[in-house]
Amino acid sequence: MSALLEVRGLSVRRGQLLALRDLSLAVEAGRVVAVIGANGAGKSTLLEAVAGLLRPERGGVVLDGTEVTALPAHRRLRLGIALVPEGRRLFPSLSVRENLLTGQYRRRPGPWDLPAVYALFPWMADRAAQRASALSGGEQQAVALGRALLANPRVLLLDELSLGLAPAVVATVYRTLPQVVAQGTGVLLVEQDVSLALRRADEVHCLLEGRVELSGSPADLSARQIETAYFGIRRESA
Amino acid sequence: MIWVDAVLQGVLVGGLYALFACGLSLMFGVMRIVNLAHGDFAVLAAFLAYSLISASGVNLLYAALLTVPVFAGFGYLVQRGLLNRAISSGPLPPLLATFGLSVVIQNSLLQGYTADSRALDPGRIGTASLRLSGQISLSYLELLILGLAVLVLGGLELYLRRNRTGRMLRAAADDRDAASLVGGDPRHLYGVATAIAFGTLALAGLLFAARSSVAPSSGPSELLFGFEAVVIGGLGSLWGTLLGGIALGIAQNVAGQADPAYTLLAGHLLFLLVLILRPEGLLPRRSVTA
Repeated sequence: MSALLEVRGLSVRRGQLLALRDLSLAVEAGRVVAVIGANGAGKSTLLEAVAGLLRPERGGVVLDGTEVTALPAHRRLRLGIALVPEGRRLFPSLSVRENLLTGQYRRRPGPWDLPAVYALFPWMADRAAQRASALSGGEQQAVALGRALLANPRVLLLDELSLGLAPAVVATVYRTLPQVVAQGTGVLLVEQDVSLALRRADEVHCLLEGRVELSGSPADLSARQIETAYFGIRRESA
Repeated sequence: MIWVDAVLQGVLVGGLYALFACGLSLMFGVMRIVNLAHGDFAVLAAFLAYSLISASGVNLLYAALLTVPVFAGFGYLVQRGLLNRAISSGPLPPLLATFGLSVVIQNSLLQGYTADSRALDPGRIGTASLRLSGQISLSYLELLILGLAVLVLGGLELYLRRNRTGRMLRAAADDRDAASLVGGDPRHLYGVATAIAFGTLALAGLLFAARSSVAPSSGPSELLFGFEAVVIGGLGSLWGTLLGGIALGIAQNVAGQADPAYTLLAGHLLFLLVLILRPEGLLPRRSVTA
């Protein structure tokens, strides 16, 4: 079994802080892997290191057997790793359509094009000429997702899709995930909303202080186990 | 009537200011680099074209067709080889680097060409003019320069809006990291921005030398006009820069008509007035984001 994306023993330093310690996980094609954890557990750091915005101190990132640890973000995108960053990071002075088109700048061949994204979010076609900064938070999140999809990634990284958004809006964005995964894309997502992550993911890793504290499929994990791992209060004997 | 003439001459020279300034605006908009050597590079281009013309006898048109692309390529290399390195350690190093280049260029030109000013001969077009009335006549050369300026600014605007790389330049101006997350290599995109800036400044340098003359020391004063055109027009807007250049040209020419001693002063006063009354400029940002 070789996974689409492998994170091998990753340690990442952020300033003085060792934000990730020897972290390993794998994402297979067509699967959704969620990483949960409290604030500062290292979730966003993990995604930024996988996307190539941060360089690890030790360890590596392997995409379908190819070592990509030394490559910068723009090279990793061309190989098929796309990140929807925390806070969406749309280009505020570009229109909705132009934001989406930037996603095609170095796209790989694949099923996602502008009509496909418009089919996923029909309202976008009507508002294509609006400035991205004029959209609501949820709409911006959808555009950010569309922008990443247009690159036709093999691995899609989603950083805190739910942050600052109303639950109903989050649900509409998450409802698109099955269609993404159906194309064979692997999804690695980071979520503060634990119940949401448990509902949407095939596999969950709980991070505590930069380490994986607990892993498993949502069905096998008890609420108590997760609570313990999340807050790191009582460690279960192991 | 002489006042109408002064205004028209101001419009004509304003186009050239805008052509010269658009690269300044682009480099600042995309990379936050203030290129203090912008004027000196324009002067360098004019002197290189001068040497090319004297050595080979080609006319100004061919010299421009050669100089402009060479300078664009040169700009790409300057960005990739020097400014990209400087920019990674903060906003001050690129400022110092371009300041250093400015000093180096001025002194090299002084060494190679003496302090004399030189003019490029535009040929027959330099003396012909369109006579509108007894007192008003517009030089064909200056009309051509204004036409070129509008053409270049319009082309650049179109490039930034419609071309995929142009769009990425605007994206990188907004958010460099996010641009790299959609596959744009910031070092390359920055190189493209500087290549465009150098191509346009080379063209402007040649035209400056064709309509009057340039000396090794003229760079900084041209740079000042460029800055003023950008700020008067509104940072980050190409048509704003054209408007700013024209406003500057009109102010200088009308004041110069009253008393030649006030030519430059009037331009600076307009610049200060805009900064006080309308600091966002006449046509604030629309295309290139600042």
